Amino acid sequence: MAQALSHLRICDFTGQLAGAGATRFLAAFGAQVIRIEDPVNQGRWDILRGMPPYVDERRGVEFGGPFNNHNVEKLGVTLNLRTDRGKELLRQLVAVSDVVAENFSAGVMERWGFGYEELQAIREDIIYVSNCGFGHRGPYRDFKTWGPIVQAVSGLTFSSGLPDQPPAGWGYSYMDHTGAYYMAIAILMALRHRNRTGEGQWVDLGCTEAGASLTGPAMLDYTVNGRPLRRQGSPNSNRSQFPAMAPHGIYPSREEDTWVALSCRDERDWEAFGEVTGEAWTQEGPFSDLRGRLVAEDALDELVAGWTRARGNFEVAALLQGAGIPATAVQRPQERIDQDPNTEAWGLWPTVKHRDMGDVRVDGLPVHFSETDWRMERGGPCLGEHNEEVFGGLLGLSADEIASLTEEGVL
Amino acid sequence: MTDPGMPQGPGALEGLRVVELCDELGMFAGKLLADMGAEVVKVEPPDGDRTRTYPPFVDDEPGPERSLYFWHYNTSKAGVTLDLGEAADREQLRALVDRADILLQSGDAGADLEYESLRETNPGLIMVTLSPFGRGMPREDEASTDLTILAGGGPVWNCGYDDHSIPPVRGGGNQGYHTASHFAVMSALVALLYRDESGRGQHIDVNAHAAANVTTEAGTYTWLVAQETVQRQTGRHAGVNPSMPSQVLCKDGRHVNTGIPPRRPEAFGAVCEWLRTAGLAEECLEFPLLEEGMRRKRFDMSMLQQDEELMAIFGAGRAAMNFLAERLTAYEFFTGGQERGFQIGIIYSPEEVLEDPHFIERGFPVEVEHPELERTVTYPGAPYQLLGSPWRIRRRAPLLGEDNERVFAELSGDAE
Repeated sequence: MAQALSHLRICDFTGQLAGAGATRFLAAFGAQVIRIEDPVNQGRWDILRGMPPYVDERRGVEFGGPFNNHNVEKLGVTLNLRTDRGKELLRQLVAVSDVVAENFSAGVMERWGFGYEELQAIREDIIYVSNCGFGHRGPYRDFKTWGPIVQAVSGLTFSSGLPDQPPAGWGYSYMDHTGAYYMAIAILMALRHRNRTGEGQWVDLGCTEAGASLTGPAMLDYTVNGRPLRRQGSPNSNRSQFPAMAPHGIYPSREEDTWVALSCRDERDWEAFGEVTGEAWTQEGPFSDLRGRLVAEDALDELVAGWTRARGNFEVAALLQGAGIPATAVQRPQERIDQDPNTEAWGLWPTVKHRDMGDVRVDGLPVHFSETDWRMERGGPCLGEHNEEVFGGLLGLSADEIASLTEEGVL
Repeated sequence: MTDPGMPQGPGALEGLRVVELCDELGMFAGKLLADMGAEVVKVEPPDGDRTRTYPPFVDDEPGPERSLYFWHYNTSKAGVTLDLGEAADREQLRALVDRADILLQSGDAGADLEYESLRETNPGLIMVTLSPFGRGMPREDEASTDLTILAGGGPVWNCGYDDHSIPPVRGGGNQGYHTASHFAVMSALVALLYRDESGRGQHIDVNAHAAANVTTEAGTYTWLVAQETVQRQTGRHAGVNPSMPSQVLCKDGRHVNTGIPPRRPEAFGAVCEWLRTAGLAEECLEFPLLEEGMRRKRFDMSMLQQDEELMAIFGAGRAAMNFLAERLTAYEFFTGGQERGFQIGIIYSPEEVLEDPHFIERGFPVEVEHPELERTVTYPGAPYQLLGSPWRIRRRAPLLGEDNERVFAELSGDAE
């Protein structure tokens, strides 16, 4: 099958997930993504190199599970940018690249002499995408973040929680994933713009802005109606905010720490819920319409929980789905990864081959293309694994030159 | 009319023609394209899209032109109405799709459109179908909402509180729909770049349940790599092993995330200086240990279990950060700490972001005219700043059928 982006090359300084996740997506469609890593600190500017989980007892920079997951299908080279020769090689690489992508703190690339102006001097139509917590301009440009801090400042942490509790937040770096999605979108849009106009550009991506753009209706409720999300009893994010639905929530089921999520979207769902449960209270006056159910939602939730608690969560979900009502078990990792027929049928967990770790399953993509589908076969690159392919094959250095540059600590 | 601070010039997707036949699962994808300059034509039934009935409403009064939900997700789009039960209107839709680069579809409207048939008259068409479980998949017929997508797809298992008698939590804001829409846009653009090279269009299937599954970070790879299960914790990453609390309630009733506690001599020095500057050094019982931390030549965290003094110093650093947070306002703690190199964050509610000086200086809150209401409304702004081809809200969401005349006249113009 043809690869959609095999005509593109990306000079990739990204790391962790917020950056690496973007170029991962492009690599899966055939873009040649060349990761630049520092030989002196063994690529540890990406803190995930060497971080758990591990496939076995082996440890070190070639055995980090998350690094492998986030860097499938990329090439990896080492380049010491403290040296003049290293900088010269980077200039050569930039000259043959369409995009330079990075997610360092603001100012790092400039200090190395590779800010946008310098990159543009090397290649006029270069697309430079910088991605950090607060962007490269503004009062907080020097502030540092990682996923949970981005989520906190952008309003997403607060938006996740229950009344009379502190914010629950996101139990993972939602904004590292999503910052990476915005970075990929920005790269692709800038490439489209270049195709039409011949012009490159700088994209200044601040992940907190990307995060803040994901709470739109709540913001408008404040700017138009003066109603803040920070108010008594708010938020309750297990309930439906927009549109209004009830019941709508996460309820206990029979075994310890097992849960079922369900929502009645409309009166049809609610009537079906009454038939499935056969509970007399579903027919009672206060619950006969949505307004009544919303007014008495605490009491309603207690009654729904009383019904779900007597059953298994998959059993409840199946009963309700049988009547066309949205419902699901709150799936644990094992349940959704190894036991859900849908993720299996989709091919969501491809196995890649990593040079040192061997065969490892990774996140696939939730899309399929009819003509140019994605491919994930090669694991994340080991340090300098593709030095010969890139410095030899692409930039034309001889094997002897590569050997001596390696000896001198340039590669 | 136009805010002088607003970026001008053509957006990156200028000239791109998009037809959107989407329910709430996919309409955010249309907004992402439209705010970057694509000409997105949103097709609604004659009585209006269902989301026009979604709260919140302007002044809490329902009405088809008053839904803030509809407003937010449909900025910069043109709006037309078609009755897809009528043959003549179906022909109009076909004519619209024939001249489109991209067709976005989710939900019931347009679910019967087949790519194979559409490509006969528009071989370059890129059609993106978003659905809860993917077309032809085993769970294809299951009913879903944002809640069930996130609960079945993985995110909810990771979110909630240390106390596991409290239900796990779905993060707010319909993020399950957003994630599916993000993948729809990324994919449509990949296909567009391929079409620029090859001239060929294609069909793309987007699966929202799968999108949630691969947007769950360590919850997923901890199982894939090590077959271990993460457990939810209040306000921090779910983990196989519990971690220390990281949220503190500040003097003004707002929370902060205290981040990673000091673990380098310079960081201890910074905490000491911060306490002195805030006039809190004497009150802080840990102060002598912090000074000890500052004097240590190096900090070997791997020795934490063996070195009692190191353990005490590390604990003092964490306690001092909590102590500061409790005695300062959340904003003082956030900026005071960040200025001293600590990766910490204020936990804003969404509306507070719009009033933050950094977001204001970068132009994040934007003003959008609603002439028929004689109002100017502040909206959330650009998720990214493409400095050479800017993001911009071109117009408020379309009124019902607002662009029928113009769009259909263009269609008949094309036909002549």
